[in-house]
Amino acid sequence: MHEPVRFGQQTATKPILPVTAERLFVRRKGRVLLDVEALTIGGRGTTVLVGPNGAGKSLLLNVMAGLRAPDSGRVLWNAEPPNRQRYGRFGMVLQRPVLLRRSVRANVEYALRAVGTSAGQARAEADRALEGAGLLALANASARVLSGGEMQRLALTRALATGPDLLFLDEPTSSLDPASMQTIEAMVKSASEDGMRIVLIAHDLAQARRLGDEIIFMHRGKIVEHAPTDRFFGAPASPEAKDFIAGKILI
Amino acid sequence: MQDFAASFFEAFRLVAGLDSGLIEIVWLSLKVSITAVFIATVIGLPLGAFLAVTRFPGRSIVIVTVTALMGLPPVVVGLVVYLLLSNAGALGPLQLLYTPTAMIIAQTILVVPIIAALARQTLEDLNGEYRDQLMLFGLGSLARLRTLLWEGRYSLMTALLAGFGRAVAEVGAVIIVGGNINHVTRVMTTAIALETSKGNLALALGLGLILLIIAFAVNALVFLLRAAAERSAYA
Repeated sequence: MHEPVRFGQQTATKPILPVTAERLFVRRKGRVLLDVEALTIGGRGTTVLVGPNGAGKSLLLNVMAGLRAPDSGRVLWNAEPPNRQRYGRFGMVLQRPVLLRRSVRANVEYALRAVGTSAGQARAEADRALEGAGLLALANASARVLSGGEMQRLALTRALATGPDLLFLDEPTSSLDPASMQTIEAMVKSASEDGMRIVLIAHDLAQARRLGDEIIFMHRGKIVEHAPTDRFFGAPASPEAKDFIAGKILI
Repeated sequence: MQDFAASFFEAFRLVAGLDSGLIEIVWLSLKVSITAVFIATVIGLPLGAFLAVTRFPGRSIVIVTVTALMGLPPVVVGLVVYLLLSNAGALGPLQLLYTPTAMIIAQTILVVPIIAALARQTLEDLNGEYRDQLMLFGLGSLARLRTLLWEGRYSLMTALLAGFGRAVAEVGAVIIVGGNINHVTRVMTTAIALETSKGNLALALGLGLILLIIAFAVNALVFLLRAAAERSAYA
């Protein structure tokens, strides 16, 4: 039987940056969920998406990742639509990370094997990645019995292990204790310093300040403000952003 | 009352003494039902997997139908297979009526919907949870399905055991297409029906005992698999 894909196949392709979005529009039951005229993610650094609940941050990330098709508009990864072969250079940690029902090590190995790493090399690379994340002692534990912080760290480790050009993180530290949050932030910072392009949704403005080189503020499906971090917090241009930073509830 | 007591005693003696007539019947029962479950798996698992991960017009009608067929009355299946295999039937020339093969066919028909419907439910739930992550791994649809099958292995085995429980315990279909012929097509359930009506309660009770033990063992296995599935699934 002919199978189009199998493990071990080399899937690396040409670079995926810059990632651009053009006139993205998503509507559900008469409500506009996403209405983004244009967005380009290129260069270096970390972009932090902020905005009230329901602003469309997760949806924008999912559409840019090629996981959801917009009603209209398009997403291009270096001038081509996202496709399966190119996920080898892209990583994402979902809002609720899905860990496979296997050991901690096998979860990382699986991601490495999926992008064409040989079995022996995958094992060595997985152990190296787990050591860097402080998870090596748990390598043989079942991934599904980890604590919340360990699960997030494992999901991030798995996404980082394949060395993607671009990494999306959907609220990687929500509902984590301060220590776990610090570990995750340190991992993100170090990946960013190594040149990985990162886009992250933050539920907390202090985190946005700590990690972001630039901020995208969303409200009601639209990008209201896109500015360097200092300028966004020091002199927000829009009244919505001012209110949001001041902690006023936006509806 | 004394008769019953004596029958019980005799039944234990048959089971404990591994009576050859009894062994023959138990062996045929297991052979027929295990073969039927195996064939039903080969048909039902891909069918369930296909229904779980694809979208096409009329899909929900197919799913409702498959689910409803889980409750197929065995006697009706027996009757239909009988009509097909009888001399005047479409498959009459194969001369399969009153053979173990006919019984396997009937039980396969009973078990396919059980495996297909349960596998569909399991894999669809898993796919909802895993789809995005498996896409991010860059996997194609076949590779994603293979991963779902592995991740859902415990629940899928439970589906197979449910099918086996149904097959080994049913009497209506095998008695019609098998004919309950001694040494040829006599299985536990048909033997119990016959021996009871003949008044040979010892053999009937002995077989009943073994059937109960098998049912108990299957359910214990299901319980253990569920526990293993939950251990691997959640914190």
